Amino acid sequence: MLGRLSFADIPVDVPILVGTFLGVAIVGITVLGLITYYGKWGYLWKEWFTSVDHKRLAIMYVVVGLLALVRGFADAIMMRTQLALAYAGNPGYLPPHHYDQIFSAHGTIMIFFMAMVIMTALFNLIVPLQIGARDVAFPFLNNLSFWMTTVAFALINVSLFIGEFSQCGWLAYPPLSEAQFSPGVGVDYYIMAVQISGVGTLLTGVNFFVTIVKMRAPGMTWMKLPVFCWTALCACVLIMVAFPVLTVAVALLGLDRYFGMHFFTNDGGGNQMLYLDLIWAWGHPEVYILIIPAFGVFSEVVPTFSEKPLFGYATMVYATCAIMVLSFLVWVHHFFTMGAGADVNAFFGIMTMIISIPTGVKLFNWMFTMYKGRVEFHATMYWAIGFMITFSIGGMTGVMMAIPAADFVLHNSLFLIAHFHNVIIGGVYFGYVCGLNFWAPKALGFKFNEAWGKRAFWFWFVGFYFAFMPLYVLGFDGMTRRLNHYDNPNWYPWLLVAEFGAVLILFGIVCQVTQIYVSIRDRNLPENIDVTGDPWNARSLEWSTSSPPPPYNFAIIPHIHELDAFMHDKENGIDTRHAGGPYEPIHMPKNTAAGFFVGAFSFVFGFAMIWYIWWLAAIGLVGVFATVIARSANHDVDYYIPAEEVARIENEHSRKLMAQAAE
Amino acid sequence: MRNKYLKGAARLAGLASVLPLAGCELDTLDPKGPVGDQLKHLIVESTIAMLIVVVPTIILVCAFAWKYRASNTEAEYLPKWSHSNKIEVAIWGIPTIIIAFLAVITYQTCHSLDPYRPLDEEAQTKPLNVEVVALDWKWLFIYPDEGIATVNQLAIPVNQPVHFVITSDSVMNSFFIPRLGSMIYAMAGMQTQLHLMASQAGDYAGESANYSGRGFSDMKFRTLAMPRDQYDAWVEKVRASSDQLDGQNYARLAAPSEADPVKYFSHVEGNLFDTIVAKYNNGMVMDTATGQKKSVQAAMSDMNMKE
Repeated sequence: MLGRLSFADIPVDVPILVGTFLGVAIVGITVLGLITYYGKWGYLWKEWFTSVDHKRLAIMYVVVGLLALVRGFADAIMMRTQLALAYAGNPGYLPPHHYDQIFSAHGTIMIFFMAMVIMTALFNLIVPLQIGARDVAFPFLNNLSFWMTTVAFALINVSLFIGEFSQCGWLAYPPLSEAQFSPGVGVDYYIMAVQISGVGTLLTGVNFFVTIVKMRAPGMTWMKLPVFCWTALCACVLIMVAFPVLTVAVALLGLDRYFGMHFFTNDGGGNQMLYLDLIWAWGHPEVYILIIPAFGVFSEVVPTFSEKPLFGYATMVYATCAIMVLSFLVWVHHFFTMGAGADVNAFFGIMTMIISIPTGVKLFNWMFTMYKGRVEFHATMYWAIGFMITFSIGGMTGVMMAIPAADFVLHNSLFLIAHFHNVIIGGVYFGYVCGLNFWAPKALGFKFNEAWGKRAFWFWFVGFYFAFMPLYVLGFDGMTRRLNHYDNPNWYPWLLVAEFGAVLILFGIVCQVTQIYVSIRDRNLPENIDVTGDPWNARSLEWSTSSPPPPYNFAIIPHIHELDAFMHDKENGIDTRHAGGPYEPIHMPKNTAAGFFVGAFSFVFGFAMIWYIWWLAAIGLVGVFATVIARSANHDVDYYIPAEEVARIENEHSRKLMAQAAE
Repeated sequence: MRNKYLKGAARLAGLASVLPLAGCELDTLDPKGPVGDQLKHLIVESTIAMLIVVVPTIILVCAFAWKYRASNTEAEYLPKWSHSNKIEVAIWGIPTIIIAFLAVITYQTCHSLDPYRPLDEEAQTKPLNVEVVALDWKWLFIYPDEGIATVNQLAIPVNQPVHFVITSDSVMNSFFIPRLGSMIYAMAGMQTQLHLMASQAGDYAGESANYSGRGFSDMKFRTLAMPRDQYDAWVEKVRASSDQLDGQNYARLAAPSEADPVKYFSHVEGNLFDTIVAKYNNGMVMDTATGQKKSVQAAMSDMNMKE
């Protein structure tokens, strides 16, 4: 009846998991209780869970992304603590069975559910506003993407308390991940979570690609498109091309495991190298999917806080597109040590290095944007400058490993771990936090607290160097990744320093949470509230509307004359908003519960497949299709906001603007 | 407030500097063989080439941010300036030159340090052949010319090149001796090759550099590089062992086990290595010397096939 699920799969004998479960249960019950007590379920359902408004979805994505950050970081600091203890005969406190799940979960969660989710949040929040659109091209799919991603994250967390997670690393290399060597449910959790969230990501890619191509405001030609939108566009192209490869690779692994096929097995004609090729044909573009939008964030933030246009806009666009194309030609650098010939390795090594040219150009562009500007040391600029310094180092170590011969001693070592955290934390994470601080007033209507933002930066920045510079040293000392214990006395002190760095980063996260709390608490203080919608005297269209923007974003779709459209209008005394109208009724999409139900049924399907509960899997699958068919048959999907309502909202905003100006 | 944090950071940095700064003793930067020497040289050379760009970049980022801070009203402010052909040429040109330089060394070292390339230029002697099998979770070393085998201990004579042929009878691993240089994957049904040489006697760590499951952390071996006479004595010691590696013993050895002690086998039955490779290839194995496929007679009919 319950497949291979039995009571023995609940890890009641692992104190860490029982404690975690109790913690999660208490917090969860408290939150649910409070929502019930204040009678907010209806509000949440109508205004948020079923919302197709990209701005609301963005905020929900941020919430999921921050939860994933906390989960992923908890995994990280547990690993660091294990390695600070498990030296010279001390087994540490995490046996391999548990430790191997932790590092597999850490990578999977940080990439798929922290980085990708916060990136999608930024797309949702900014792309339609920056191109002067009223929503994305496919609002329902946008809501569906959110729920697919969210239920996949939920599925991974269920593996904490029911069964186990994969112990095969974040990419689940076969043959270790094949049924012969990993017969448990862990890899199946991985497969289902990756596949379900992959649907969400692919739909996001399609959605924002179409949005940017088709829905730009009149006059916004390609070379007047803000750089963040260019980066979003390139990331979407990469998603559309790369994610199907991931889906196929993981599906083939699933066929091996569920139906005893032989794509990647040792025997029966399987070939593990095929999986490595496929997974990295996705995996390398994936890291560019993450970093390119971060480049976009810096390209908006640095000009705004240098009070100057971006240096070399056209160069920036070409560099971004070049990186997009080149990112597909480098995947073999993840396995130079596989024994391919010298010419193959040389080709992929050199292609990898070539990517560093456009990337370096971007760095110089931001540098020369500050040059002869008026640089304001706002918290977002801290993250931006911290990024430029840290990312330079990460780029350099990346090129070192791109030399195949050098990679022969650095591959899979802690040097590699240090390198990719150097670019993922110093590039992607700093970029996203920078973006969240920058656009928080747009999303929420109030600014984030500066002091706590800067404290968070310093802890992250210094903590990063303490946590990862020792790993470069350890890599040179021959320490490989994923070790559970060791007895080399030279490694021990460096791992203590790394542990100290992890603690500093913990303080950084605490500061970020405090920053959010303090900002919400003080949201109505006059210095925090964003009345004008343009708190930074910024350059692009999203700042021309109110904060948070009305559901329709723009009462009258703006006409674009120049790059940095809003700055151009401000300088030339043009009212981008066309305050006073005349307004027309605005066509808007209706909220829908279909996305939620497809997500929920997908969760049921995934969970049932993991545990071989075939009847329940059938119910889940039928549920997904039934919901999709019902949604397709529903033609009551849109409505009009009457012109009077638009006028009321716009006049209200104009009144506030005038009151502010009068002060 | 910022200064306070900076001071704290400086104090912590001071704390860190009392750690053993073992830079010159790091395994891969203190190599004991010609391959490792060349790799070290390559790493140092490429790092210096890149520092030519990276260091000025970091300094300029800080300098520009500070000089053009909003409170410094004396600094020049060009609110419209956003393009300069000269700068564009420099920022595309300088990295391109550096990468062109690195591309040349990349191409050269891909060939000169190809793990498959024999080290005949560095040494006059013919290489020692060692067949390596990654098992769950230990390393089996077969010396086909001597007819002996060991587990988790690899002995090699100093100044004689070693030709490793590597496979796995389980999941993917990576064969790595940091002091000697390059690593290469070990994969079931496939044979990878590696040429290394020790130029100094010593006891060097060897490990798997690719995660392979539960017992991975203890999947390590010692590499004993020793003068010829000591090596010969070591071979005799192994030959004196009462254990032999026949089909039955191999099946027992191949079963998953963790943190295995060193084992010696005085005799290896038949062409064990080829049999291990061939069992994943319908009984065929490729001759690494000729590239021809040949059929392996099941020398060990009682060997436990994993099919």
